[in-house]
Amino acid sequence: MSSITPADVQVGAKGDGGAPRQPGRVSLGGLSLNLRSSGIYIAFALIIALFSVLTDGALLQPQNISNIIVQNSYVLILAIGMILIIIAGHIDLSVGSVVAVTGALAAVLMVNVGMPWPLALLITLVAGGLIGAWQGYWIAYFGIPAFIVTLAGMLLFRALTLTVLGNQGIGPFPDQVRTLANGFTNGYLGNIGLGPLGGADLFSLLIGLIAIAGMVASQWRTRGARKGYGQSVEPMALFVLKMAAGAALILFLVVQLARFKNLPWVLVLLAVLVLAYSLMANRTVFGRQIYAIGGNLQAAVMSGVKVKSVVFWIFVNMGVLSAIAGVIFAGRLNQAGPTAGNSFELDAIAAAFIGGAAVQGGVGKVVGAITGGLIMAVINNGMSLIGSPSEQVMLVKGAVLLAAVAFDVWTKRRAGASR
Amino acid sequence: MTEHILRMSGITKTFPGVKALQDVNLSVRRGEIHAICGENGAGKSTLMKVLSGVYPHGEYEGEITFEGKRCEFRGIRDSEHAGIVIIHQELALSPQLSIAENIFLGNERAKRGVIDWNRTNYEAGELMKRVGLRENPTTPISDIGVGKQQLVEIAKALSKEVKLLILDEPTAALNDDDSAHLLGLLRGLRDEGITCVIISHKLNEVIAIADAVTIIRDGRTIETLDMATDQVTEDRIISGMVGRALDNRFPPHESTIGDEALRIEDWTVYSPSQPGRKVVDGASLTLRRGEIVGLAGLMGAGRTELAMSVFGRTYGVHISGKIFKDGRPIEIRNVQDAIKHGIAYATEDRKRYGLNLIEDIKRNVSAAGLKGLASRGWVNENEEYRVAEEFHRSMNIKAPSVNSVVGKLSGGNQQKVVLSKWILTEPDVLILDEPTRGIDVGAKYEIYTIINRLADEGKAVLVISSELPELLGLCDRIYTLSEGRITGEVPRQEATQEHLMYLMTKGQER
Repeated sequence: MSSITPADVQVGAKGDGGAPRQPGRVSLGGLSLNLRSSGIYIAFALIIALFSVLTDGALLQPQNISNIIVQNSYVLILAIGMILIIIAGHIDLSVGSVVAVTGALAAVLMVNVGMPWPLALLITLVAGGLIGAWQGYWIAYFGIPAFIVTLAGMLLFRALTLTVLGNQGIGPFPDQVRTLANGFTNGYLGNIGLGPLGGADLFSLLIGLIAIAGMVASQWRTRGARKGYGQSVEPMALFVLKMAAGAALILFLVVQLARFKNLPWVLVLLAVLVLAYSLMANRTVFGRQIYAIGGNLQAAVMSGVKVKSVVFWIFVNMGVLSAIAGVIFAGRLNQAGPTAGNSFELDAIAAAFIGGAAVQGGVGKVVGAITGGLIMAVINNGMSLIGSPSEQVMLVKGAVLLAAVAFDVWTKRRAGASR
Repeated sequence: MTEHILRMSGITKTFPGVKALQDVNLSVRRGEIHAICGENGAGKSTLMKVLSGVYPHGEYEGEITFEGKRCEFRGIRDSEHAGIVIIHQELALSPQLSIAENIFLGNERAKRGVIDWNRTNYEAGELMKRVGLRENPTTPISDIGVGKQQLVEIAKALSKEVKLLILDEPTAALNDDDSAHLLGLLRGLRDEGITCVIISHKLNEVIAIADAVTIIRDGRTIETLDMATDQVTEDRIISGMVGRALDNRFPPHESTIGDEALRIEDWTVYSPSQPGRKVVDGASLTLRRGEIVGLAGLMGAGRTELAMSVFGRTYGVHISGKIFKDGRPIEIRNVQDAIKHGIAYATEDRKRYGLNLIEDIKRNVSAAGLKGLASRGWVNENEEYRVAEEFHRSMNIKAPSVNSVVGKLSGGNQQKVVLSKWILTEPDVLILDEPTRGIDVGAKYEIYTIINRLADEGKAVLVISSELPELLGLCDRIYTLSEGRITGEVPRQEATQEHLMYLMTKGQER
């Protein structure tokens, strides 16, 4: 779960000496950082630091951290699907409306029909997949630009939502769904005292420790395997430093949450999704093909990538993730409303681009999109804590989005000019 | 008595690592049709780009004098202002706009910013009469054929009061009737006093129309022949174009030829953009294991189109013909099928079709053979690294590591990445389209060595190249392609550049 993979941070001094200096890299002692791919994490840290100071530490209080996660979980889930679509060089403008229509469907099935919630959830997810398949068909097989298809989808599925709901919300949802969307793990193992920090939930802490152990173990194994294949790995000191930083981050998060109401279920879900999708993007043939398509469509075709099928399935995937977000959003509000998901697509797209996706496609990371989403979440939350009016929040978010993409274009142009 | 309208002297133009033009001289007399001949890559188009200001003054060395004045063009606008108009092989027309709108594009007939449509269409009609184009000026460009589009380009040039008209391969995409009309038109323009420079591979046309011909080879001027005084024949031009001696630019190699690997029979492909035009016409060829076979043809002969249509139907429509692999008929519907049947195609356009330039070496190497590095859909990244590192060493790819981004490599090293990518798919047949285009001499030798090694491993290799010495130095057998047809099959022992060039320029009627 470390947010910086080994490829981002490399040792600057390489044996062969004559390697050209790459632009967009800064050297800190012997350590060189690729600004283009790791700038986002530095920016995130700076933004957190800034708002911690501005809010007198209120930003990092247990309850506030918990709020940030729960309030933004659905946008983060959407950002995971969106980054894959953007990497492939497409876009999806319909996710907000799909969130609304799947939330409405879940509400109808669970509340009006009275269906058992697991079955209703399953049907909703399948419906989301079908919506994605519908759009994926027009985009991949019929050849209509995704911008148009999903713009149409944005209207179609909003219309469908209004047809199903009329002008009112449907609720309340079963307790289990509300717990998933809004609830926390129970104190299964009781509390332990943490000295000056007060009592904290033991179960949450254990989960945190397991996560840290898992991270260190998997990174250690990867490192070992790379060494076994004769690849250069980062020096031991740097590895230990990185693991310590990652562990400290997880520990801090978990301790704060354990002091409040334990782990939000959506955080658990989000962690699983991020891990699964990161692995899918980097380590599976399917994930690699997404990057190949976005990087050079023609070359992907000529390399035997089934471009149409890959594009189709990433839209199906987006539909399913939208349905998950739809159920969580409706569950959190405890009713499915006609305006649910308004402008979520913009938040998800902004998260992907702030998180380092390239406008032309081919570049981006799941973790980056999550970080981009969290940057916007922290700006939202921090500015409302210091009492900024909403127009200012919007202004800052707009500026951040523009700055992030401008930075991306700038580093790329510099890279091009030095060739 | 003979006044020169244009003199280019001592033109030298270098691209990173390559000298495209070296001390080129060109003198064109007023009111003549002057042909420029040379092999692909000889520097003809580069020279014309220097002349028309595509490469602005300062990016090249040498002097251009036009109409007695020294010219320092900073862009196409400058050269057009002086009266020089270039018509590129790929026409620069806007397909949805009308003929009249295209003729006056960028040069609109307007009063105070408002377009005067009556004047636009009337003047367009007059210009169209001059070039013999009988169409309504308001017809969209997309509704007329390529031959007529070519005439629109010329009308457009006339609207700019052109003094020197440059045509780059004007008849390459035209059928015989359209070509004849165009050549007649050029003669008419000459009689009106417009000087023409024409770049053409069709030597019979050059003989028929030109008053003088300048031959360029390897970025240098070889000679300028006067049609009236010199005894100019096609053979004379050919020997000027190819007059290069074979030196030891090729690693020695003796092929061990085995069984038939791939046979293509009666392969016909139609153009997707011009309905009814056969790009490949009944071509048949055979490749054997361990053998390096060449495919020679001039620009527009259909070499790449033939290769791509075989490689998973990635070019063309209404493709017909049979393919046999190891003697058995096979069906190739897409690239996946081609890879499955052990066929690989390394494109002539590396940057567009061959590489993902923003990714690193290892991910480009694995792009086509990724399934072989994966189990149940999961890529073994360490194995991927090991394989890439192996190619990094064995192919001598000059890069700090396999994590280097491919877009930053030189042409030769990029080509090695493309070859690695296809070797990883363990093909039996490799089709290499212009494998040494844009590569410096040292790297070429390395690529030749790799090709020889592939043949020694028992693979059948088809090399497509515009450089005849390359084919002669590398191949065991050479096919020639002209206007979509196989016009000859020559064993290495019997092949000479002159003979091949003769076969390559052989017209349909023969």
